[in-house]
Amino acid sequence: MERKTNIDAEDGRQDILITREFDLPIESLFRAHVEANLVEQWMGTKVIKLENKKHGSYEFETSDQNGNVLFRANGTIHDFAPNERITRTFEMENTPFPVQLEFLEFSGLSDARSKLTIQMVFRSVEDRDNLLKLPFRQGINMAHDRLQEIVGKLRQGQ
Amino acid sequence: MNLRRDVFQAIADPTRRAILVLLATQSLTAGAIAANFGTARPTVSKHLKILAECELLDQDRSGREIHYRLNPKKMIEIADFIEPFRQMWDERFNKLEDIMKKESRQPVHDLGPY
Repeated sequence: MERKTNIDAEDGRQDILITREFDLPIESLFRAHVEANLVEQWMGTKVIKLENKKHGSYEFETSDQNGNVLFRANGTIHDFAPNERITRTFEMENTPFPVQLEFLEFSGLSDARSKLTIQMVFRSVEDRDNLLKLPFRQGINMAHDRLQEIVGKLRQGQ
Repeated sequence: MNLRRDVFQAIADPTRRAILVLLATQSLTAGAIAANFGTARPTVSKHLKILAECELLDQDRSGREIHYRLNPKKMIEIADFIEPFRQMWDERFNKLEDIMKKESRQPVHDLGPY
C-alpha cells in the first residue's frame, strides 16, 4: 500500500515531525480539524469540548462497549489561524506521559491539494521514545476499535 | 508462529491497550490498575493474564504483591519503532480524506435523485 504519511523522528531529539499531502482543498483539510463531528469520525474518539480559538481548550474521551472510560485527553489551544495553523498542547489523562506541544501547519499546494505538517514536542527524548515504543499510540486505533466493535456485535448476534 | 499472532490479538483489545499505556513508564499492582479504570478486579486480572502470557508484561513479586510492568524487549519486537505510529496516522488521515471528499459532494446528494 502507498505510504502517504511520513514520520521524521531523529535519534536523540525530543520531537517528531508528521507530514502528509491530501487530495483535498486546504479549506476541507482545516474544517476536518475544527468541526467536532468530523474530528470524531477520523480520530475515532468522542469530542466532549472543542473551542477553536486562541486560549480555547478541548477534551476527547473514548469508552468501551460497557461505557467504561478507556482514554481521556485534553489540551489548550494557544494559536488558531483558519487555514494556516493551530498550536495546542495535548495531554493524556491518567497516564504517566507528560503533556506535549503540537504545532499544526496547513498549506495549500493547489486548488485541490493541501499539506499538513505536525511537529510534536515532548518533555524529554525518553518520553518521546516511550510513546513510540508502544505498538500503537494514545490508546485509540480506529482500525482495531472498529474490528472490536464489529466482532462484538457478531458475537452478540450468535 | 502462533505466539506472534496472539500478541496482535492481545493488543487489539482497547482495555488491554489502555493497560499497556498505563504501564509504559511505571509498574503497578492489579488493584491499582483496576482502580484506574473503574473496572472490576477479575476483569483486569483476566486482561493481565493474557498480556503476561504474550510476554508483553513482566511480573515482579515482592511478598504477596505482584507488580506488573511492560516488557520493553517484546514491545520493540512487535514494533518496528516508528512504523505502528506512522500507520496509525496514515489510517486516520486516509479516513479524514475519505470523509471530506464525501462532505464536499454532499450538496449534490441533497438535490435528490432527479
